[in-house]
Amino acid sequence: MRFIHALVLAGAALLSWAGSASAQEVVESLRGGNSITATSRTDSIFRPEKDQELIPRNFQKQPPLIPHSIKGYNITQNFNKCMDCHSRDRAEETGATKVAKSHYLDREDKKLTNISPRRYFCLQCHVPQFDAKPLVENTYKPAAKKGE
Amino acid sequence: MMSLEKFMPAWVKRIGFVTALLLFVAGIVFWGGFNWALEATNREEFCISCHEMKENVFKEYQNTIHYTNRTGVRATCPDCHVPKEWGPKMIRKIQASNEVWHKLLGSVDTPEKFNAKRHELAQHEWDRMKASDSRECRNCHRYDYMDFTEQGNRAAKQHPIAFEQGKTCIDCHKGIAHQLPQIDQHIGKQNEGALEISHGEKPAEKAPAEEKK
Repeated sequence: MRFIHALVLAGAALLSWAGSASAQEVVESLRGGNSITATSRTDSIFRPEKDQELIPRNFQKQPPLIPHSIKGYNITQNFNKCMDCHSRDRAEETGATKVAKSHYLDREDKKLTNISPRRYFCLQCHVPQFDAKPLVENTYKPAAKKGE
Repeated sequence: MMSLEKFMPAWVKRIGFVTALLLFVAGIVFWGGFNWALEATNREEFCISCHEMKENVFKEYQNTIHYTNRTGVRATCPDCHVPKEWGPKMIRKIQASNEVWHKLLGSVDTPEKFNAKRHELAQHEWDRMKASDSRECRNCHRYDYMDFTEQGNRAAKQHPIAFEQGKTCIDCHKGIAHQLPQIDQHIGKQNEGALEISHGEKPAEKAPAEEKK
């Protein structure tokens, strides 16, 4: 009986030691060890890439990436800033890439005069680029195109 | 004292030297007071002392580059909305008495009322900017001193074209400091029949559209 008591005690001691050791490990949030009231570090903020040439697609039918900063460009109920340049009417004057034909179809495949409301939120598929370097190497290779 | 009287004009002699001096001082005080009052109403704190401004346009403006940016150089309300030159400033200030009237009427005293009027209010500002060749923008943003090589690809490409066509800042840069009103971009039914935004198209291009009506 005494032996079992000693065993339980030893076990409890071991458990509490392990517990305290894990409690010492500080879980770091995305804002680092900063307290809520402190100003977070500004040197590690990802910045939008400068305007660049069109970024080649990585695979067929990939929604093209946005090769420019979109700071201050709002898509609201009242106004879609993207479509101020990329719509078919405006693209020629602004030199922006025209919205693809597929965006002019409603869900019954009926052709509309402008983009379909279901395509209104451009940033759902098209994303701007930041200077965030990949954390791991990307070995993705697209499937071969037809005829390749 | 006798010798000084010799140099006094007749009208000073008539009203007396002391009265003339008092009038002179009163002039300074009134002119100074007038300018002080004018400047007092030309500050951001004055503009946002009305909740109409503070709750609507000022909040939106806080998200824009004219409020916060990397160098901390700011444009406050009057920098864009009140001309710097004396003449146009007086005209704008007199027009602003209408805004005081509508403040009393409570024309835009809720965000709902404000948004319902937003297209009209925005159009007034766009028209004013267009008429003055975006004078208030150009107080800081001088085309002659723009270095296109320092601009982004898109800006560097578009600016010379736009200036050559005689366009003015507001033609393209609408809704940069405040939210836009409903704009009909022909996307679905949401904004159908709302205001159509212009990009400084030539009047010649506008004429056929007017004939259609």
